Amino acid sequence: MCCKTDTKPDRVSAVSVPLRRVLDNRTHRTAGAGNANERGKRVSVNMTKGQAISLEKRGGGSLTQVRMGLGWQAAPRRGLFGSRTREIDLDASAVLFAEKQPVDVVFFRHLVSDDGSVKHTGDNLVGGAGQGGDDEAILVDLERVPVHIDQIVFTVNSFTGQTFQEVQNAFCRIVDETNGQELARYTLDGGGNYTAQIMAKVHRVGSGWQMTALGNPANGRTFQDLMPAILPHL
Amino acid sequence: MTAELVRGQNHPLPETRLEIRVSAGHPVLAGAALGDEQGRVAGAEWIAHPGAASPPGVDVPGGAAADHRLAVDLDALPGAVHRVSVLLALTGGAVRFGALAAPFVAVVGPDGTEIAGYAITGLDTESALVALELYRRQGAWKVRAMGQGYAGGLAALLADQGLERPADLAAAILATASPAPAPAPAGPVPADLSSAAVSSADPSPAASSRVPEPEPVRHTAPPTAPDPAPAAPSTAPDPGPAPTPATGTAIGGPIDYSHPRRRTAPAESAPAAGPVPAAESAPGPEPRQGPPVPVAGDATGWSMDERLYNQVWGMFEDLARTAAAYRSACDFAESRLDRELDEVLTDYRARAGGANDAARAAARARRDELVERARAVLDRDLAQLVAESEVVEPALPVAYARWDSPVWHAYRVPAEEPMAVRLGDLHLPERTDLRIPMLVRLPLERGLWVDSGRGHSEAAGFLDEAELRRLALDCAVAHAARLLAAHPAGGFTVHLIDPAGTGATALAPLVETGAAAPPARGAAGVSAVLEQLTERVDLLQMALRGGAADALPPGLDTARQLLIVHDFPHGFDDRAVARLRYLADEGPPVGVHLLMVAAREDAAAYGPLLDPLWRSLLRLTPVPDDHLADPWVGHAWSYEPPLLPPGSGILRQVLGQVAAARHGKRA
Repeated sequence: MCCKTDTKPDRVSAVSVPLRRVLDNRTHRTAGAGNANERGKRVSVNMTKGQAISLEKRGGGSLTQVRMGLGWQAAPRRGLFGSRTREIDLDASAVLFAEKQPVDVVFFRHLVSDDGSVKHTGDNLVGGAGQGGDDEAILVDLERVPVHIDQIVFTVNSFTGQTFQEVQNAFCRIVDETNGQELARYTLDGGGNYTAQIMAKVHRVGSGWQMTALGNPANGRTFQDLMPAILPHL
Repeated sequence: MTAELVRGQNHPLPETRLEIRVSAGHPVLAGAALGDEQGRVAGAEWIAHPGAASPPGVDVPGGAAADHRLAVDLDALPGAVHRVSVLLALTGGAVRFGALAAPFVAVVGPDGTEIAGYAITGLDTESALVALELYRRQGAWKVRAMGQGYAGGLAALLADQGLERPADLAAAILATASPAPAPAPAGPVPADLSSAAVSSADPSPAASSRVPEPEPVRHTAPPTAPDPAPAAPSTAPDPGPAPTPATGTAIGGPIDYSHPRRRTAPAESAPAAGPVPAAESAPGPEPRQGPPVPVAGDATGWSMDERLYNQVWGMFEDLARTAAAYRSACDFAESRLDRELDEVLTDYRARAGGANDAARAAARARRDELVERARAVLDRDLAQLVAESEVVEPALPVAYARWDSPVWHAYRVPAEEPMAVRLGDLHLPERTDLRIPMLVRLPLERGLWVDSGRGHSEAAGFLDEAELRRLALDCAVAHAARLLAAHPAGGFTVHLIDPAGTGATALAPLVETGAAAPPARGAAGVSAVLEQLTERVDLLQMALRGGAADALPPGLDTARQLLIVHDFPHGFDDRAVARLRYLADEGPPVGVHLLMVAAREDAAAYGPLLDPLWRSLLRLTPVPDDHLADPWVGHAWSYEPPLLPPGSGILRQVLGQVAAARHGKRA
């Protein structure tokens, strides 16, 4: 973590004040209508940007543990001095909301939410082999999420500034950890001139949880830059 | 997905054509017993072993080898068969599994993917065992990790399966253990299995002998390395009964399914779990259902000592985070209530219409509802942690145990130091009776300071000053005794500074038992002790920096040193204070530690000069006080000093043993 420059933000408390202002000005907009055909299916959904669907367990069950995975291929080595390779650093973050107010965030500077229910497996600064494995992951134990938190939004940012067009084999996905099944998957590379994506959210429905894939492209270095773009999805 | 099974755990089998891979690291015979619905094996012909024609659906490899592959086709089994037990028997001179690396068995699907794996740990004198059981439950097949060993060997195993004349049969089977074609990982495959079970997995012999190699390394090496280190501390929690594993004695008895959640089995046989019969009786054969039953030592680690240490820290973190979830929910509920009440106030129409009170009541009801839900979750988590604490606390070895724990009565000077010592208890206001042991790593990273001042503590306010000082010194003596008791004979030396002799009564247990030399008196004594320790730190530092640790003078005491300073700054001149600060800063890396018993206001004359000293020490209090923060969320935790049971002679008894062991070593 120490390798990252000081420009990275510290804690969620640093953002909440400007955020409140944004929250007050927000307009209500529903996050795209759920596709009725997809509802209830448990197949892995390879989605394009902007598509939003709701996913439920078959038989009305609820999700208990989900993992957000993010993978991308490391930049190719350049020239004689490999250290000058322009590394690609994508970051996965999860923002926890209580009634549309951000209360906690899990990202590379705060790897475990204060309550312990959301865990980041650690910052990856360069990417991986691009073979489909997760290079960063966030695990959410939905049964342990504090009662007042009703939405968790997952985002992806390009910390080093490359747009998704410049990243090879990048994807993010949501996996049901209880059975390893992929609930949603986005292919990020070649995905336009964006540096961030508001990927998906899980939210409380009744006594359980549901996931809505958002796939909203955005721009920003860290999750804080995305806050204005996240709010319409709450 | 590979399921790592623990003893007693079961796992569904998605396939019917299976291969069972055995890696024992030593020649063993592998076989299978086919049982009916009641679990009885009808006769010798239902035992698949190398010396007989295999029953349909099962194929066992011939001879004894370290690695085996058994092919099983569950569909091809006779309909009466409801249970297939995989048996292993030692051959080739070895008489007990306990002397070997833990055998590893894996159930592999037809495509070569591992469905479930099980490292059979905790074995001792057994020479034959039932490794796995495949069983039919309501039409579906499952695998269960058994690890049921038999000290009586294969004959005892077969007798337990309900066979007649087990000894003859066992002799016949063992006779087949003639030198087998060297490493025989893949046995001959029957026609009905060859298509799916093995050939598709890895047809070439080179590949097939290569595949099982990494498995024992990956799965069994960390928890089960048969070196004596894990074994020794695991007996430490309760040195009473000899550690005979339950598995070895249960010949013919029902199978012991205790501790289904245990990640590593050695602790299962360790007597640490002895005092928790409640935990053992509860789980049934379907251990995954219902809330998990807490088990002492249910954490990662190479030894019981390390597992308990990690478990205690795990409980500490869980309690911190659970409380954080509850508090943040309550804070949120309160702030929402404030906001909503504000809105009600600014709403003129409501104020006029009398809907005001209703809106306020509704806002309060919303607050109460959220707090109530948060409380319910907190209570659930606390109940789980309390149950865990009830199991863990009696299993703690002396270094981690409370002073009233019975393990202190069986105290013996340890052969090696534990990972940590308990310096008190921690709790949160949400549940004051849930005490988390405060375990501090050894060697100490910084000195200790037992604060005899009044501080901000509420409890200290009720005591007069003299009483507080007496308590502080008692606490310091208890901490020192625990540190002495945790170290091997002669591994820890305590020096005392008591310039005015006012602490003689409290220090008596240390001095009279011979565990520490009499305290240094007067200014001269203080200087002498400090000079001696400063020289020692200098010497060790020079040796360490110069990389010449073997060039130290031969007479040098290699023990760690603890200096208890009472009545500070009485008897200290400026030079002595400087030396003390030097010791606090430079001592810990070379094993020289401070234990200050002091009130900060006594040393007020020194001004800010001593601030770095106080900051560098871990502050403990002689009375409960909430001054410690956890590293995760930063709650203020109430610290409680360790209390000796009133009138107990345990302190002197332990210190006497420590002193006797040191003299014995020196003599």
